Amino acid sequence: MGLTSIDWVIMAVYAVFVLGIGVPLKRYMKTSTDFFLAGRSIPAWVCGLAFISANLGAQEVIGMGASGAKYGIATSHFYWIGAIPAMVFVGIFMMPFYYGSRARSVPEYLRLRFDEKTRGLNAISFATMTIFSSGISVYAMAKLMQTLHILDSPLKKMGLPLSAGFHISVIISAIVVLVYILLGGLVSAIYNEVLQFFLIVAGFLPLVLLGLKDVGGWSGIKQQLPTAYTHSWQGMSNPHTNPLGVEWFGLVMGLGFVSSFGYWCTDFLVVQRAMAAESMSAARRTPLIAAIPKMVFPFLVVLPGLIAISLPAQRASLLPSAHGTDTMKGEMAVSGQGLIPPKINETTGQPMLDANGKPLLDYDLAVPNMLVHYLPTGLLGLGITALLASFMSGMAGNVTAFNTVWTYDIYQAYIRKGASDQHYLWVGRMATVFGIALSVAAAYAATHFNNIMDFLQLVFAFVNAPLFATFLLGMFWKRTTGHAAFGGLLSGTLAAAVHHGLTLPAGAVAGIKGGWLATVHVYPSEMAQNFWTAIWAWSVCMVVTILISLVTQPRKEEELVGLVYSLTPRISEGHSPWYKRPEALAILVLVLALILNIIFW
Amino acid sequence: MGLDIRLPIGLLFSVIGLLLVGFGVFADKVIYQRSLGLNVNLVWGAVLFVFGLIMLLLGRRSSASHPRAGSSPDGGRPAGGQR
Repeated sequence: MGLTSIDWVIMAVYAVFVLGIGVPLKRYMKTSTDFFLAGRSIPAWVCGLAFISANLGAQEVIGMGASGAKYGIATSHFYWIGAIPAMVFVGIFMMPFYYGSRARSVPEYLRLRFDEKTRGLNAISFATMTIFSSGISVYAMAKLMQTLHILDSPLKKMGLPLSAGFHISVIISAIVVLVYILLGGLVSAIYNEVLQFFLIVAGFLPLVLLGLKDVGGWSGIKQQLPTAYTHSWQGMSNPHTNPLGVEWFGLVMGLGFVSSFGYWCTDFLVVQRAMAAESMSAARRTPLIAAIPKMVFPFLVVLPGLIAISLPAQRASLLPSAHGTDTMKGEMAVSGQGLIPPKINETTGQPMLDANGKPLLDYDLAVPNMLVHYLPTGLLGLGITALLASFMSGMAGNVTAFNTVWTYDIYQAYIRKGASDQHYLWVGRMATVFGIALSVAAAYAATHFNNIMDFLQLVFAFVNAPLFATFLLGMFWKRTTGHAAFGGLLSGTLAAAVHHGLTLPAGAVAGIKGGWLATVHVYPSEMAQNFWTAIWAWSVCMVVTILISLVTQPRKEEELVGLVYSLTPRISEGHSPWYKRPEALAILVLVLALILNIIFW
Repeated sequence: MGLDIRLPIGLLFSVIGLLLVGFGVFADKVIYQRSLGLNVNLVWGAVLFVFGLIMLLLGRRSSASHPRAGSSPDGGRPAGGQR
């Protein structure tokens, strides 16, 4: 596609700022707390924007647009019930323990509340997951650079093969992220996440406005698409009458409760942003402030997918699918839908067909095609910059969470205890270097999935779903013991794997999609299977933790002050204005989310 | 932490805004076929420029009124965070 000098200039200006932000911060990086927790000095609104931006990596921007095209407005469930209630809960009920206990990470809270082995289990699985997510982010970005042919003309000028574009994108993004984290630690990462938040809005808002104008607004989309695509709750009574293929109970419990609380309330990647806040009140407000933009994000990231699928195909100027060639353009415009081309088989070069002989669509191209279709050179540069920013901060978010957990919860706990703070600061910097090296390795190992989001849901279900049961019991039932927490987590994760191994989504073959032990149940969709995997994992962990707690010795109550709800004094924020009081903000957020659900019912 | 984030945000968006406005004024209008005939570079560039200036102003005002001390080694959190 035709990028011109103005696009490159905009990207270069962004690069200067990304790297430049780290420079003035370098002199503040004196202790490990400065590096890993931003010296606990960041204002609430900055933490809040970083809180959602850290999660707004490749997965979200491309994946949510893809889901929007695939499932319609029901994708916003990932926000309105799949994030908002959990964000309110973590702010109001859990932050007092995370921030108040002065734990430096989520695994460290587990050690304070339970024991060493529970922390170790969580730290190791979390560290692995961050590397993996960061790798997916890098992989998706390098792939996108190829799909959009951004590096093609500079590569041709240098006489390099086009395939070198993938490697160059990986290396450059790795170096940029490395430099800014080394310079400014978590502060750099947070500041860049805030920059990225504004860039995403600046790059995607004109796209959505132009797209809406083109299709005739929301009513235009409604005319073009079946009603199921423009209503988020209608048809949820039965998995066969909505595009998600889930019934309301599976959706509310699986996504709205287990997966979402498991992620937003226990994932250190996001919780770390709140732990960096300047005060307890700011830490509690962080997720609540984040919830407000989070609520309207579907209009920015899901809507482009819906617009892409509702445009008449003949007008679409399509990008070839990831592995297609230009000669196939005409053919694809015929068999795709709207701006979405069919998926191309990598070996044969032919469109892939489903069981009914209809072409499978390459939904991940919804957002990139929208950018190319509507944005002229200039704004296109800004749009690409916004995407690059979200990919890089997706990577940086994971790397900053990884280096903290590695240093405090693995290195300091098991490898070298009692060294000087300067030593741990140094280890944190080294962890940044090898964390990024491992991400790059993971990027090369990353496999291809039709929809990145579906795959991430699977990983979250195995690791995160049981976790929330452990935290819930740990924070609200003083009787919960360390042995119980550990046993519960293991059996929950095992339950997730077994459930996945015994069930299959409709139309899939046994293997990575499930059913690798035997197929005892078939779900109407992969999403339904994922949600139920999460529900099973959570329930098993809950039951096992309660049972083991009842037969093991609880800790003394005085050791649990500040760690358990019933033994911790309530926080009063009586003197602050209402918008600074977490409870008032929480009510505002919940009412707004309810209104959005009703409007798009 | 030393640097008020609104200053770099403000600077970044006013620079990008200016670039887009300049490009919108001088570039060939043919490119706006994609964007439904609207000179989006000019319009959106102006919006971003104004946003950038507002951020700069807010950042300047607050760093002038309360100069922020560097972080203290134990985290700069007021003692007794659990009020």
